[in-house]
Amino acid sequence: MSKVHVSTTVNGEPVEFLADTRDTLLDSLRDSLGLTGTKEGCGTGDCGACSVTVDGTLVCSCLMLGVEAQGKKIETIEGMANGAELHPLQRKFIEHAALQCGFCTPGILVASKALLEKNNNPTEEQVRYWLAGNLCRCTGYDKIIRAVMDAAAEMRGAA
Amino acid sequence: MAKDTNMSDFRWIGTRPDRPDGLDKVTGRARYGADIQAANMLHAAVVRSPHAHARIVKIDTSKAEALDGVKAIVTRADFPTGLTGEDWDLQENTMAGERALYDGHAVAAVAATSAHIARDAAKLIEVEYEILPHVIHVDDAMAEGAPVIREGAAGPAVPPGLHPNVVGYTEFGHGDVAAEMAKADLVMERSYKTEATHQGYIEPHACMGQLGSDGKGEMWVCTQGHWYIRKMCAAVLGLETAQLRVTASEIGGGFGGKTTIFMEPLSLALSRKAGGRPVKLVMSRSEVLRATGPTASASMDVKMGMTKDGKITAATANFRMQGGAFPGSPYDMALYCAFAPYQIPALHHVGYDVLANRPKCAAYRAPGSPMGAFAVESLIDEMCAELGLDPMEVRIKNGSKSGDKASYGPTFGVIGLEETLVATKAHSNMSVPLGPNQGRGIAAGYWFNHGGETSVSVALSEDGTVQVSVGTPDVGGSRASMALMAAETLGIPYENVRVNIAETGALGVNEPTHGSRATFASGKAMHGALTQAINEMCKRAAAKWKIDPEAVEWKDGAAVPAGPNAGQFPPMTIEQIAKKMGSTGGPISGHHESVPGGVGASFGAHVVDVEVDPETGHTKILRYLVVQDAGRAIHPSYVEGQYQGGAVQGIGWALNEEYIYDDMGRLQNPIFLDYRVPVASDLPMIDTVIVEVPNPGHPFGVRGVGETGITPPLPAIANAVAAATGARIRHLPITPTKLLAAIKAK
Repeated sequence: MSKVHVSTTVNGEPVEFLADTRDTLLDSLRDSLGLTGTKEGCGTGDCGACSVTVDGTLVCSCLMLGVEAQGKKIETIEGMANGAELHPLQRKFIEHAALQCGFCTPGILVASKALLEKNNNPTEEQVRYWLAGNLCRCTGYDKIIRAVMDAAAEMRGAA
Repeated sequence: MAKDTNMSDFRWIGTRPDRPDGLDKVTGRARYGADIQAANMLHAAVVRSPHAHARIVKIDTSKAEALDGVKAIVTRADFPTGLTGEDWDLQENTMAGERALYDGHAVAAVAATSAHIARDAAKLIEVEYEILPHVIHVDDAMAEGAPVIREGAAGPAVPPGLHPNVVGYTEFGHGDVAAEMAKADLVMERSYKTEATHQGYIEPHACMGQLGSDGKGEMWVCTQGHWYIRKMCAAVLGLETAQLRVTASEIGGGFGGKTTIFMEPLSLALSRKAGGRPVKLVMSRSEVLRATGPTASASMDVKMGMTKDGKITAATANFRMQGGAFPGSPYDMALYCAFAPYQIPALHHVGYDVLANRPKCAAYRAPGSPMGAFAVESLIDEMCAELGLDPMEVRIKNGSKSGDKASYGPTFGVIGLEETLVATKAHSNMSVPLGPNQGRGIAAGYWFNHGGETSVSVALSEDGTVQVSVGTPDVGGSRASMALMAAETLGIPYENVRVNIAETGALGVNEPTHGSRATFASGKAMHGALTQAINEMCKRAAAKWKIDPEAVEWKDGAAVPAGPNAGQFPPMTIEQIAKKMGSTGGPISGHHESVPGGVGASFGAHVVDVEVDPETGHTKILRYLVVQDAGRAIHPSYVEGQYQGGAVQGIGWALNEEYIYDDMGRLQNPIFLDYRVPVASDLPMIDTVIVEVPNPGHPFGVRGVGETGITPPLPAIANAVAAATGARIRHLPITPTKLLAAIKAK
C-alpha cells in the first residue's frame, strides 16, 4: 500500500513524513518522527498516555490518524520545555515526586498544560476532572494534583 | 548494624531531593520498552486463541508466509521439547502446545518488516480448534465433574481424592482450635470472595529480542527483573543462559506483573528464524489483559471466636484460589498473611491452589495478602459490630508485637504494628464527624518483605564521584533512595552519585524489583560494596601516611587518622584519593553479593470514610488515611507515593475492578474503558503517616514499603460501606448494582 506524504508542524518545527493510512498520529510521532516521549498505554483513548495538542486542542493521538496531521500544529512533550528551561509543570512534577514509573507523565503534563492555558486558577476538583482521562497506576494521583495546583499558583504569581 | 547506630542523625537520609532520573521522565527522553529501534529490525504480532479451552487441531501458516514482508513464523514446533516443572509451564504459557488453555493463549507468532504487515499476517494464520469444556471459577473448578485442565499436575502435598484441578494444598496451624473456640462468647463463620484483578501498569509489555544461530542473543525489555527474563527465556528456548544478555528498559509500572516472561521468548525465537534480525514485540492493552498475569481470584471461609471483651481465641481459614491454567496462585501466602497482625491462641489454615481456564497469574503487590485480609479483617469487623466493640481497640488488643510468634510460624523481629495502630488511632481523620449515609472503616495489613539474590557494584571515578550499579530496575524512584544511601555512607553530596541499572552482563544474578526489596536488598548490598571501597580508600591514605590501615577511618567524605595516636595528618578527601588512584594501586571499587538477611516486615493500618448514595449504590471515598511502618523512610516522598499508590490500587480492587467472563470463557472487559481503574476524579487526597520503627537488619533501618499498602483497602472499604449502609458485601468488587441490591435486601 502506498504511503501518504504529510506536511505538518511539530513543536514549532515544520516536518514531513510518510504515513501508512492506518498509522495513528501516535504511530507517526513515535515511529516516523522518532518522538517517543508520547506513549501508548491502551490504543483506545482510555488512558491519556498519548496526549498531545493539535491546533491547541488536547487529543489522544492514538485516536487520530497520522494523515490527519496535514497542515496542523502539533505540540508534544518534547516541545514543553523551552530549551534547557523546564516548564513550571515539569519542575513541579519533579519537586513534588508526582511521578513514580514516569510512563503516564508525558501525557499528564501535556494535559495539565492544556488545562492551565484555559484556567490558570483551577480548584482541586477541576484538576481532578480535567485529568480523569489520564490514568496513573502508581501514584494514586495525590502528588500529581498537588504539583499541578502548585505550578498553577507559581505561574499566576509570575504572570 | 545495631539499632542505635541507625538511629543517628543523617545528612541525606530522610531528605527529599529531586530524583536523579526526573529530568528524563518529565521531558519524554526516558526510554521505555517500546521506545527502541534497531537497524534491520522486524516487528512481530501474536495469534491468540479466542477460546477458553480448545484442542489445536491444525495451524496453517501458508497464506501468511506468502505475504510480502513476512520473515518468520513460529509455533510450538519451534521450541525444544522435554521441559518439566515451572520451565514447562512457562513454555506452555508462552506458546500453546496441544491445547489452548485460556482466551488469549498464544498459538503462533509472526515477524515482518512492519507492524501492519505482521498484524495482517497474523490474521492470515488459520488455526483449527476443537472446542473443549472450560471452567472459570475456583469453586466450580474443584467440583466433581469439572473439566480437567491438566492431568497429573498436582503437587506432592495434595491429598488423594481431590479433583485433578487441585494442584497445590497446604494445611498448618497451632493450638487446640476446638478448646479455644469454646472459650469464645461469639463464634462467627462467613464466606468471602474476591475477583481477579490486573496490575494495570500503564506500559504494555514490550521487548526487542535478537538471537543468532550461534545461540548468542540480546534483549531489551521492560521488566522488573532482567535476570529472571534471561533465565526463563533461556529455559524456554534451550539456550545457554550466559549467552543471552538482557538490558532492562525504563519500566512503566509492574506491581509484580513484570517479574516473569509472557511473550519475550517469541521475539527471540522469531529472530533466530529470521536470520538473527532484531524483532520488536509490543503488546496491545487487550493482549495485556487477556494474556499476561492478573492476580488470582479467591473463595474463602473464615471462622473466628471472640470473647465479649474483644480477645480473639481461635480461628480457622479455608482458602481456595485459582491462578489460571497453571499452578502458582498465592493461596499459601494469603494464609501466611491473613492472621499475621494478630496473636491468636489456636489457628488452623487450609489452602487449595486450583487450575482454571484463565491466564497464568503473576504476582500482584503483596500477592495473596489482600484477599486474606479482606476475609479476616471483614470478619473481625462483623464480630465487633455484633459484640458492640471498637474495631480499633480490638486490633490493638490482639496485635502482634516484637518477639511474638507469627501466625504462620516464625518469630517476629522488631515490628511496628503497635506503633502503627496507636498512630492511626491518634490521627485527626478518626474524629471527623460523619453525616448521613457515611461510614468509617478500618483494617490492618501485612507483608513479609524480601531479601533475595542481590549483586551490587560501586566504582570510584577519577574526580571522586561515584557510580553505583544495581540490578533492581527503578520502578518508583529507587535510584533516588540508592543515591541518598550512598551519599550518606560516603559522606559526599547526593549529586555526586550516579545510579545505573546494570544489564545482566555487568553484575551477578539479581532477583527482580519485587517483594519490596529494592531499597532493602540492593541498599544493604550497596552498603557492603561501599564499605569495601571505603576500606580500600583508607588503605591508600594509610600507605601515603605510612601508618597502619587500621589506624585510618572514614569521615565526612575523607580518610582521617583514627585517633591522636595514629598521627597528625589532614583529611585526605575522596577527590584527592580518586585523582591519584591510578598511581596508588589502580581502580577503586567495591562489590557485594549476597542474599541479604535481616528482612523487616511491614504492617499498616488504613482508615477510610465513604459515602454511599442510597439511590444508586455508588460509593464515594471521602477521605483516606494510610499509616504504615517504613522502618526508615530514605526518601519520604517516594515512601508516601508507595502508600498512596498501593491504597488506590486497593480501592480499585474493592470498588471497580474485576475480570468478567462470558459463558464461553471469554474475557469481556479487555480494555481500560471496561476494566476500570481508579481515575483522579474518583478520589480524594490520600493522607499518609510514615511510622519509623527501624529494622535492625538494615544499615539505615529500611523495611521495604511497596506492598503492604494494597492490603487493607479491600476490607477497610467493605467495613466502611457496612458502617454507612448496614449492608455487608462479602464478594468484591462493591459495585453500585451489588450494593444497591444488598441495601434493598436488608
